[in-house]
Amino acid sequence: MNFSFQNQVALITGAASGIGLATARAFAEAGAALALVDVNPDALRSAANELASVGRSNIPIICNVADENEVAAMVQQTMSTFGQLDIAFNNAGIHAPVAETADALGEDFDRVIAINLRGVWNCMKYELRHMRKRGSGVIVNCSSQSGLVGTAGLGAYTASKHGVIGLTKSAALEYAAKSIRINAVCPGSTDTPMVANALANEPETMKAVMKEIPLGRLGKSEEIASAVVWLCSPGAAFMTGQAIVPDGGYTAR
Amino acid sequence: MSKFLNLSFENKVALVTGAGSGMGLITAQAFAAEGAAVALADSNETAVREAAEKLSASGHKALAVSCDVGDEQQVEALVERTVSAFGRLDAAFNNAGVQSPAIETADASGEEFERVNAINLRGVWNCMKYELIQMRKQGSGAIVNNSSLGGIVGLPGRAIYHATKHGVIGLTKSAALEYAARGIRINAICPGTINTPMVAEMLAKEPEAMKEILRDQTIGRLGEPEEIASAVLWLPTRE
Repeated sequence: MNFSFQNQVALITGAASGIGLATARAFAEAGAALALVDVNPDALRSAANELASVGRSNIPIICNVADENEVAAMVQQTMSTFGQLDIAFNNAGIHAPVAETADALGEDFDRVIAINLRGVWNCMKYELRHMRKRGSGVIVNCSSQSGLVGTAGLGAYTASKHGVIGLTKSAALEYAAKSIRINAVCPGSTDTPMVANALANEPETMKAVMKEIPLGRLGKSEEIASAVVWLCSPGAAFMTGQAIVPDGGYTAR
Repeated sequence: MSKFLNLSFENKVALVTGAGSGMGLITAQAFAAEGAAVALADSNETAVREAAEKLSASGHKALAVSCDVGDEQQVEALVERTVSAFGRLDAAFNNAGVQSPAIETADASGEEFERVNAINLRGVWNCMKYELIQMRKQGSGAIVNNSSLGGIVGLPGRAIYHATKHGVIGLTKSAALEYAARGIRINAICPGTINTPMVAEMLAKEPEAMKEILRDQTIGRLGEPEEIASAVLWLPTRE
């Protein structure tokens, strides 16, 4: 298996923490130049500083993926800095407060859909414009185990992550003939700041989730990064339109 | 008759969105024929008023409500009017939806994403929210959300539509888990390509795209709205 990404450029959203940061580190170690994208400027700066010592080079780009103009500018900045775009990991996402559907707020629904679903669509749209020009590229979208199964209290989040799989399959079919592969990764509960936050705010919900992970633990960000890197490698050249599921066995039950 | 095959909706109240045409209209008529009082909602006020008048003229209880399901306040008012007219809500078919012209992702417009999302996904969520507020008060009810074959597979040029229809399945599963213990069941139905005005419009506007879709219908024909209505009426029955 060849996990060298020498002379390749990878763009990662939500790169300042959690799964995004672990994936950025993995690509940096494998030789890729990186566009590190995040909405949090402070965390992004420290991630960029840390990774500068590892990889070829990186640029930090502050961007709210829900804003189409910011996404267009972000991809443009990546292109003007590196001249090409080989790999994109559309990972930025948020959780919503746990609430049953009858009590949930429209504002929360819109915020989750804007970042988790429209955000992935925005990123794909501008990444694909460059990739189709070149006739190559690999995209991985971050869905979730919630892209496959339901969880009480997480209606909007579940809808957004199911939607990411719908986007992934359709776009994969659109660009397969142009040598662009598009897949989704569906992490289970992973040891990230997002989950730590949920654990702190909603210990009961999280306890219930943990009890149902056959491997008996949270996933590590590095384990998700490993799946993403593999999906972008030549070894996964026959994979497109798929949703792969590092979830500790949660959805196998 | 076996108690598991009783499709009677005598003394029950059903709400159908997108009831002005296609699957919604046929399903609303089927609920009425089985004895339900039916609230018919549609953004096309003329269509839904005519449909309700026809049902009333043949002795059924029917209420027409003009409603854009993408607007949360209009949906709240829809459920309120249904309950104040008929006293309760037993079955809801959240069916209103729109297609989007075929276009590859790199060329699609954000406005189109928002339009389709507002109706197909936020619209279903809006409807569920207010239906569930009523149903949990009753401790009973059944909801059927209209997803699509597009909720299960992808299709080139249809990423936005397919994202919303996948999303509907996500909403359905999470909400079903939330209310299962309170006597409320929530399912989705995923019709293939059905002989409706929406599909007729696609056929006319995009003959090439539609030819491919039709070629892939293993059974060799479009589905009929009555076949979907049959499944929708079966899902809420429990006795």
